[in-house]
Amino acid sequence: MEDKILDILAEVCEEDEVKDDLSMDLFEEGLLDSLGVAQLLMELEDNLGIVIALTEIEKEDINTPEKIVALAMQRNAEG
Amino acid sequence: MSLFGEFSFFGVLAIVLTVAFILGVFEKKQNWLLLICSIALDVCAIGCDVRSLLFFGGYVVWEIVLSMSYLRIRTEKGRKGKTYALFLILSILPLVFSKVFGAMHVPLFQILGISYLTFKSAQVIIEIYDGVIKELSLSDMAQFLLFFPAVSSGPIDRSRRFTEDLNKEYTRREYLTLCGDGLEQLLIGFLYKFVISSLFFDLLELVQEERSFLYMTAYAWCYGLYMFFDFAGYSRMAVGAGYFFGIKTPHNFNLPFISKDIKEFWDRWHITLSHWFRDFLYSRFVMQSMRHKWFKDRLTTACAGFLVNMLVMGIWHGLTGYYILYGLYHGILLAANEVWQKKSKFYKKHKKEKWYQAVSWAVTIHLVMFGFLIFSGHLIQI
Repeated sequence: MEDKILDILAEVCEEDEVKDDLSMDLFEEGLLDSLGVAQLLMELEDNLGIVIALTEIEKEDINTPEKIVALAMQRNAEG
Repeated sequence: MSLFGEFSFFGVLAIVLTVAFILGVFEKKQNWLLLICSIALDVCAIGCDVRSLLFFGGYVVWEIVLSMSYLRIRTEKGRKGKTYALFLILSILPLVFSKVFGAMHVPLFQILGISYLTFKSAQVIIEIYDGVIKELSLSDMAQFLLFFPAVSSGPIDRSRRFTEDLNKEYTRREYLTLCGDGLEQLLIGFLYKFVISSLFFDLLELVQEERSFLYMTAYAWCYGLYMFFDFAGYSRMAVGAGYFFGIKTPHNFNLPFISKDIKEFWDRWHITLSHWFRDFLYSRFVMQSMRHKWFKDRLTTACAGFLVNMLVMGIWHGLTGYYILYGLYHGILLAANEVWQKKSKFYKKHKKEKWYQAVSWAVTIHLVMFGFLIFSGHLIQI
């Protein structure tokens, strides 16, 4: 599951480095913006069935790959 | 009586805030006081016109009934697209009537704060659908809509944030700090709105006669600065008054004129409005268009998103030619900015250099001021 989430993230960011450097700041690096966040949430829902609503997360909750993976895994576990 | 607009209001506000302050200092609940003050001041703002009062009351009840019943249905039946769409349309419908009748000069649905209250109601419906709002009490929803400091022109708060503050208990020390901040906001806001803004308003009269390039430029700048100090002043006072009731309404402006590009400008100007549009229109439009592959790539999707977003914002300002043009203008600017920042090698190479940032700032502020000229209706009257 973790790999699948990272694959989606790499596709959204159009950058494979996000799979290796899990603590990089995606917003500061210019890899994620409003459009990217929307795409990420859509892909997570459509491909993995993980529903995260846009307004329940703050920028700080998803600014690194590891935070995104942790959040998505937690949601997945909750069903 | 106009809220934050005339001196009699400030007399009433002083009494209201003093009573709130006494309760707050003794760590007593202020919620009932807030609800009573909100109802009383909203009614005062509307005036003695029975029809306007009935429309306002009816509208608020309508939105409360919609949100409470949608929450029940959503909890029982789950996440259903069609039911959601129906409730969302029903909550926005009064605003549509208001705009259409307004454009036709028919005095129907001209409800105090309807433009702003619709954002609040729609946000509740959307977040109930998203499953983010799981409970909502009648009194919280009423407080959220009727909240007098923000009822007429925002800032547009979010219901979950608002109710959290509403039900928060402050210690005496925390409350005193909050009131200190609130008082400061009230005073700065007052200075902005009644001193600095009036100054630019007087200047406007001086430059509105001639229509030469120089005079038009002066008009744009004076109008832009007048708008900023008027609206930012009002917003600060609204925020400050809320602090006395323990409600930390988000700020609406954050030094908009230092923006180095147009995207940054919308992160600093009328923030609660543009963030509402970002979260509830732009992002959702972008999601749908990627899901159904409406556009060939991400850049086109983003640009289309900006255009739709700003066009709707323009229409929301009023069904008037120059408001719609203003929206379109900013949509095009945001799209052009996006293409420039994503595609230009020149931008990527120089974006961190001082001279580039200086040029970028100068271009941005002129584009912004030209936008205000369109918005003022002084350039084109359609």
